[in-house]
Amino acid sequence: MTLVLEQVLNGLQLGVMLFLLAAGLTLVFGVMGVINLAHGSLYMVGAYAAAIVAAKTGSAVLSVLAGLGAAAVIGMIVELGVLRRLYARDHLDQVLATFALILIFNETTTLLFGRKPLFVSVPKMLEGSVELMPGFTYPIYRLAVIGVGLLVAVGLYVLINRTRIGMLVRAGATHRQMVRALGVDIRMIFTLVFGLGALLAGLAGLMAGPILSVQVGMGEQILILTFVVVVIGGIGSVRGALLGALIVGLVDTLLRAFLPGLLRQVMQGPDADALAAGVSSMGVYLLMALVLLVRPRGLFPAHA
Amino acid sequence: MTALLEVKGLRKRFGGLVATDNVTLDVQAGEVHALIGPNGAGKSTLINQLMGLLRQDAGEIVLAGDRIDQLPEPERVRRGLGRTFQITQLLPEFTALENVALAVQAREGHSFRFLRAAAHEERLNAPALQRLKEVGLAAKAQVKVASLSQGERKQLELAIALAGEPRLLLLDEPMAGLGPAESGEMVETLRKLKGSVGILLVEHDMDAVFALADRISVLVYGKIIASGDPAAIRDDEAVRTAYLGEGDA
Amino acid sequence: MTDAVSLPAPAMRKGAAVGWLAVAVLLAVFPTIADALGQPALVPLVGRILIYGMAAATLNLVLGYGGLVSFGHAAYFGLGGYVAGVMALSARNGDLAFGLFPGTDQLLVALAVAAVMGAVLAAVIGSLSLRTSGVQFIMITLAFAQMVYFLFLSLKAYGGDDGLPMRRRLGIGALDMRDDRVLYFVALTGAVIVFLVIWRITVSRFGRVLSGLRQNEARMQAIGIAPRRYRLVAFILAGAGASMAGVLMANQLRFVSPDMLHWTKSGELMIMVILGGVGTLAGPFLGAAALVGLETVLGAFTERWQLLLGPILLAVVLYTHGGIAGLVTKLVKGRAP
Repeated sequence: MTLVLEQVLNGLQLGVMLFLLAAGLTLVFGVMGVINLAHGSLYMVGAYAAAIVAAKTGSAVLSVLAGLGAAAVIGMIVELGVLRRLYARDHLDQVLATFALILIFNETTTLLFGRKPLFVSVPKMLEGSVELMPGFTYPIYRLAVIGVGLLVAVGLYVLINRTRIGMLVRAGATHRQMVRALGVDIRMIFTLVFGLGALLAGLAGLMAGPILSVQVGMGEQILILTFVVVVIGGIGSVRGALLGALIVGLVDTLLRAFLPGLLRQVMQGPDADALAAGVSSMGVYLLMALVLLVRPRGLFPAHA
Repeated sequence: MTALLEVKGLRKRFGGLVATDNVTLDVQAGEVHALIGPNGAGKSTLINQLMGLLRQDAGEIVLAGDRIDQLPEPERVRRGLGRTFQITQLLPEFTALENVALAVQAREGHSFRFLRAAAHEERLNAPALQRLKEVGLAAKAQVKVASLSQGERKQLELAIALAGEPRLLLLDEPMAGLGPAESGEMVETLRKLKGSVGILLVEHDMDAVFALADRISVLVYGKIIASGDPAAIRDDEAVRTAYLGEGDA
Repeated sequence: MTDAVSLPAPAMRKGAAVGWLAVAVLLAVFPTIADALGQPALVPLVGRILIYGMAAATLNLVLGYGGLVSFGHAAYFGLGGYVAGVMALSARNGDLAFGLFPGTDQLLVALAVAAVMGAVLAAVIGSLSLRTSGVQFIMITLAFAQMVYFLFLSLKAYGGDDGLPMRRRLGIGALDMRDDRVLYFVALTGAVIVFLVIWRITVSRFGRVLSGLRQNEARMQAIGIAPRRYRLVAFILAGAGASMAGVLMANQLRFVSPDMLHWTKSGELMIMVILGGVGTLAGPFLGAAALVGLETVLGAFTERWQLLLGPILLAVVLYTHGGIAGLVTKLVKGRAP
C-alpha cells in the first residue's frame, strides 16, 4: 500500500514537472502558432545555470534565481532572434529551425561544460524525509516540487483568466487584428509569453537537477514526453496541459514501477524486465493514440 | 414532380446566433434560383451546409429524391453537387488547364494511377479545355493560377465546377470582385448554362440577379422572408424595407 | 484543339533528361574515378549518401509533395534495418525472424519483406495520425516512432540498445557483397529505381491529387476528393520505400541499432529534404550528399561538427527558399540566386 502511495507521489512529481514544460509549449503554440522543439533546451539551460551557480556559491536562492533568469533571458533572446521570424512560416520551417537550435544549444553546452553529468545536491532546508503516514516516509524535496508545480498551476490560471495581460494573451491568440487595433504592441506580448514559457521550463529544469542528473540531451528526453502531454491535453489549453501532465506522469511512473513485477510472474526475470521497460516506455504513447482515436483534438481543444 | 434540390426546415446555430433559421427552399432542374440578402444573412453558411462543410442541427437536404444531409462533401459532389467559392479556392502551382483537368479526373473517379503522366492524358485535357472554352478562358489554359487576374480566377472557378458535370451548381457570388465588363461576360456565360443545369445563385449584383433568375428568395438573419418570381420580389414590401430599400437595386 | 493542349512535359524536359542521364553515367563510373584518384574510401561514402537519399526521397513524397510533416520517418528506416539484421540472424540460427517467418541470406527477399512490413507499419501509424493535422500530426508521428524505438530497445534477443551486428551481408545470387564496389552498385540501382518511381508518381494522376491536397484541401474536397485515403496511400508508399532503404543501410554497415530509429534520425532525414529542396526530385539526394559531406568534412576537424551544422541549417531555413535544388535551378537558368 505504501509502495503504491509512494509511486503515486512520484507520478505526481513527474506530472508537475511535465506541466511546467507543457504549459509553456502549449501557450507558445496557442498564442503564436509556433511549434518549438527547442523548449527542452530552455529546460536544460535552467538546470545548468542553477547547478553551476549552486556549485560556485552554495546558495540555494542564488541558484534558483540563476536558473530562472538564464532560461527567461535566453528564451527571450531566442524569440527576438529566431522565433519571431517563424510566426508566419509553415510548421516545417518551425520544426527545422528549432531543431537547429537544439543542435546549437546541445553542442555549445557540451563545449562549455563537457559531457559529464553534473550532480546537484538537495538544498539544505529541503533535505531529509517526512513521515506522511505511520511507516511511510517521503523526501521533502519531492513534496516541495509537487507543491511548487501546483502553485504555478493556480498562478497561471489566475494570470490567464483574471488579469488584463491574460485577457490580451487570450485575445492575441484568436483576434490578432483586434488586439493590434487596441494599440497594444502584440510583438511585445509574444516576447513576454515566450519569456514566461522559458521561465517555467527553467523552473522545471532547476528543480529536476537534484532528482535527475544534469546533462546534455536531458531536454529532448522530456520534450517528447511533453509533446504527448500537450497532444493529450489539447494544443493551446493550459487546463489540458495540467490534466494531461498528471495523467502522463502517473501512467508512466506506475507502469515503470509495477509492470516488471507483473510480467515476472509469467516469464523469465531479465526478459520480463526488458519487455516491461519497453512496454512502460511505450505506455504513454499508446495512451495518446487511444485518446486521439476518441478525441482527435485532445481532451480540451482550445479553439473548439 | 420532385425538385432537383429540396431543403426542408434547415437550422443551424452558432452559440446564441441563429445562422440558418428553418430554411425551406427548392431548385427545379434547369432553373436559376437566386438567393439574395444583406451581408451576414447566412448565405455562405447555407451553401456550406448544402455541401456538407457544416452539419445542420435540424432539417433535411434532398438531392433528386435522395437525402444527402448526412454525407461528407466528396460524396455529395459525386452525387451531383458542384460549387464555386466567393473567395476563389484554386491550386496556385497548377495551370488553369491542370486545375480543370484535376476536376475531370476526380469526376472520372480514377485517381489511384501511379505511373502514367497525367499531363499527357487526352481524356483529361480535352474535356478540361472544353470547359475553359465555355467560360472564355481557353487562351489562358497554360497560365499558372498565380498569374491569373481576379476575373480570370472567377471564370476558372466556374470551369472547375462544370468539369464535375454537376446536376446542381451552387454559385457563391460569382460576380464579386469583377469589373463591369467582366461581370457582363460572366452573366453571358451563366445565361448559356441556363437550362442545362440547376443553379442556386448567391449574388449581390442585382442586375445580374434580375437578368438570370427564374425565382428569387430573400434571406435575412438566416430566415427566408420572401420567395417568388423576380417581378413579385421587386414589388414585395418586406423585401424593399429589409434589403432593396438600401438603394443599390 | 489537341495542339493547344499538348504540353512540354512539365516534370522532365529534354534538357533535364540529358542532365539526369549525365549524372547517372557519372555515378556509374564513380568507383573507377575514385580508384584512379587513389580514394577508394569515397565509394562506400557515396553509397551511404545514395541510401540516405533514398530514405529522404520517400520522406519527400509525403512531406514535400503531400505537405504532411511526418516527424517519424526513422521508424520505417530503422524497421527495415532490423528486418535485414534479424532475418540474417534467423537464417544463421534456423529460427523464425520476429517469431513470424524464416530468415534469409538473400537481400532481395529481405527487401520484399521490409517493404511489406514498412507498408503495414505505415498503414497503422498513418490511419491513426491522419485523423489529425498540423502540429498534432507532427507530434503524433514523432510519438509513434518513439514507440517503435522503445520496442526495439527492449528486445534483448535482438541486442537491445547494443544493436545487432550482422556476421555476413545479405547477398544477391553469386555477387560478392564484401566488395565495396558491388555494394555501391546495389545502392546505385536502388537509388535510380526510387528516383524513377517517385518521379512517375509525382506526375501521375495520384501525384496531382496529392499535390492538390497540399495546395488547397478545400478545393479538392469541392471537386469530390476525399483527402484521407490518398494521403494514407502516399504514407504507405513512403513507409515501404524507407524500410527498403533501411535494409540497404544495415546491409552496408553490417549493423543495426536503435540509433537508426531514434527521433534525431527522423530529424536528419527532414534536414536532408530541406537542405536539398522540398518537393524536388533531386533535392533529397543533394541534401543527403550535403549532410553526409558536412559530417565527413567538418567531422575530420572537430568532434563538435554539429555546432556548425546548427547555424548552417538555421540560415538555410531562415534565408533560402528551395534549398540546394532551388539554387541549382536558378544557376542553370542563368539567373542570379
